[in-house]
Amino acid sequence: MLFPLYWMVVTAFSGQGSLTSGPLRWFPENPTLDGFRRAFELLPFGSFFVNSLAIALVAMALSVTLNLMAGYVLAKYRFRGRQAVFVVIVSTLMIPVQVVMVPQFQLVAGLGWIDSYWAVIVPRAAEAFGIFLCRQFMLAIPDEILEAARMDGAGHLRVFWSVVLPMCRPLIAVLVILTFMYRWNEFAWPLIVLNDQQLFTVPIGLAFLQGEYGTDYPALMGMALLSTLPVLVVFALFQKQFVEGVARSGLR
Amino acid sequence: MTTTAPAAVTAPLPEDDEEQRPTRKRRGAWKDSAAAWAMLSPNLLVFGLFLLLPLLATFWLSLYSSSGFGPREFIGFENYSELFGDDTFWRATLNTGVYALLTVPVSLVLGLGVALAINRPMRGRGLLRGIYYVPYVISGVVIAVAGRWVFNENVGVVNRLLRGAGLDGVPWQSDGVGAMASLVLISVWTKIGFCMVVYLAGLQSIPTEYLEAAQMDGAGRWTRLRHVIVPLLKPTTVFLVVLGVIESFQVFDIVYVLTGGGPGNATEMLVTYAYAEGFDARRQGYAATIGVVTYLLIAVLTALWWRRQKATEADQ
Repeated sequence: MLFPLYWMVVTAFSGQGSLTSGPLRWFPENPTLDGFRRAFELLPFGSFFVNSLAIALVAMALSVTLNLMAGYVLAKYRFRGRQAVFVVIVSTLMIPVQVVMVPQFQLVAGLGWIDSYWAVIVPRAAEAFGIFLCRQFMLAIPDEILEAARMDGAGHLRVFWSVVLPMCRPLIAVLVILTFMYRWNEFAWPLIVLNDQQLFTVPIGLAFLQGEYGTDYPALMGMALLSTLPVLVVFALFQKQFVEGVARSGLR
Repeated sequence: MTTTAPAAVTAPLPEDDEEQRPTRKRRGAWKDSAAAWAMLSPNLLVFGLFLLLPLLATFWLSLYSSSGFGPREFIGFENYSELFGDDTFWRATLNTGVYALLTVPVSLVLGLGVALAINRPMRGRGLLRGIYYVPYVISGVVIAVAGRWVFNENVGVVNRLLRGAGLDGVPWQSDGVGAMASLVLISVWTKIGFCMVVYLAGLQSIPTEYLEAAQMDGAGRWTRLRHVIVPLLKPTTVFLVVLGVIESFQVFDIVYVLTGGGPGNATEMLVTYAYAEGFDARRQGYAATIGVVTYLLIAVLTALWWRRQKATEADQ
């Protein structure tokens, strides 16, 4: 399972020539950081990382907040139209980005958002999968607890914030991991709405590096490895609660 | 995997739980409704504006010829008749189907295998679980960039190993079958971990008494797997199949970077073709038409699954 990753590491630390000629070497002969250095010289990966991080963090905070609220409402409120809202939201799960991307692009262009962070962040803020997870998870919260909080005079937001959210830690861990990961890794949509190289995200930068400097494998693999680190860090931080969250969200 | 919807799906929608909750007829009921809509509104706004409206617009745009510049021209169903006679479109449809038929079952079986293997108290279990999950969290672009290097025909490690073992190298890039094979192998590699995690969650929901009872009755490991575990995991399996099929219809990043749809159209998928038409060839109306057909295909598949789901429930 880890071999491709191992091979990326070997490649990243190898000299450019030693990979394509001579016998196959299982360890870099003279480990060097030149590949990383070249990647940063070829393209401004520093700003790509800043862009990706800003987009992923803001988008994550926004989606997680909206998803938790919507999931809570759909799980715990009774009102006319609830079922319809839920069905509409869930049915959007099966729409591939590429199906709606042309009108989405026109809309975002019409708003004047092309080449801005907002173009990437806002259209992705509503996420059916997240809402679905939240609803499933929150169905298990006993109504009595919410009632009791109401009796004590807590308002709607107060109940949500002080009673519901603390019970949702594993759920929040799952949402944080997944949305950060999806936004950090996203490729097709940012590729469409970001044309200015200064605004590129890391995946677009990588695809460019591959296209333009495709044979510099140490540079490519070095940058590819660096680009996975933030996701791995987020994952490692929240991993303990992840499986529990998945299990309790009814994904089984 | 970088699509919006992580592409999961409607696991069988849980039955409404009206009966279970205490009736709550308070005077402030309408206030509850208002609060509910208020908390839903940011979501509904984004959904409506950026998903539902564009979906409708896609249908509408498919009736036009539009380059994105200048006025668009209404052409009725001309895009559809062109699509019908378009070899690349049929090839992309076939490729998408083949891709789904190969990646989904293989990643499910391997994912279940791994889940069974590590679903017991053992040292390093968390680490193992993490290792299998790693490929799933890596971006499609990174996977594809690495895949191109590992599967490079001349100097890639796979072909060098094959040649070292006295075999011929596989034409991963110049031959259509080879390119599809590398795409499928890489995709399966990324999906095993997700299937494993979901199966683990499913396994943990099986009461141990069932397995103990089966064991008492003299059922061996294989019998227990076949007659107890697999049937009880059916909802999980159905969920993963639907999810996998829908994900297969959305596969973009890996194809775009790994093969670019080539050689020829050997690995062109519906969504990569739609992208190429919409943003490279700038035929937005035609791209919208491919989008509509893709959407309808997914909708039909989901509906079929839904009917089967209902039928199975009725049987039980």
